[in-house]
Amino acid sequence: MDNSQEKPQAQKVIITANNNQQAMLLEIQRLQFAAIELNLYLDTHPDDQQALMSYNSIVPQLKQRIASYEQLCGPLFHFGMSASQQSWQWINSPWPWDM
Amino acid sequence: MWVYQKSLEYPVKVSGPNPKLAKVIITQYGGPDGELSASLRYLNQRYSMPTDKARGLLTDIGTEEMGHMEIVATIFYKLTRGVSPQQMEAAGLGGHYAQHNHALFWSDPNGVPWIASYVQATGDPITDLTEDMDAEQKARSTYEHLIHLSDDPLVTDVLKFLREREIVHFQRFGETLNDVQGFMNSKKFF
Repeated sequence: MDNSQEKPQAQKVIITANNNQQAMLLEIQRLQFAAIELNLYLDTHPDDQQALMSYNSIVPQLKQRIASYEQLCGPLFHFGMSASQQSWQWINSPWPWDM
Repeated sequence: MWVYQKSLEYPVKVSGPNPKLAKVIITQYGGPDGELSASLRYLNQRYSMPTDKARGLLTDIGTEEMGHMEIVATIFYKLTRGVSPQQMEAAGLGGHYAQHNHALFWSDPNGVPWIASYVQATGDPITDLTEDMDAEQKARSTYEHLIHLSDDPLVTDVLKFLREREIVHFQRFGETLNDVQGFMNSKKFF
């Protein structure tokens, strides 16, 4: 057995996201939560025009916030949903559990 | 197909290492009423649903539950990060450490591993949607127990968010059950 396994986490350097990144992400999380909530509501109330308008009004706001976030912090999505500038940035930005 | 978004549905902060709290919270990762059960149950039941509303709702709630599993995993990960084997042992996580070190694993607080019989798919949409409502209430109760046990206000905040989601899901499943019942009744008479 490898004894270095005893304290693997203590030595691990955790790359934490900076405050600006966290604030930008929080705005995305706020908007996305509203979208999730309206999405589930619309699944059972598909004819509610007001809820539909609210949902549709979030879509461009969310798109714009995601674009600004990705410009600064790297791709938020993989599999062709986000471009990667210069190098392959997907693997560089911090993972959600390390933020 | 699923696409990963490199962020949590709700941000997770913890006040510091707390393996004792991690030990009980693991139940919402791999316990009977945890998020693995929830996500797999809903995504698997979609195929035998008779209406598009029900298929849509199970897809969306099943997907959200996968996000909740990641939130619970993050809580456990952060609460045990840097914790020594001795501290794990003292908090009752000696068995977890022996088998998994600091890795995540689907079990309840007593180390009982996740099993597929926690979930069901009968192919009867009324039965399955009733199970889904029941599952949401069991998860709500469990989150309330965890809130009572939590001594970290930052973790409690996340647990409260997750508890509220169970209530919303219960509501939406109830509406879908009514809708499917109406659909089934309309099919009975020619």
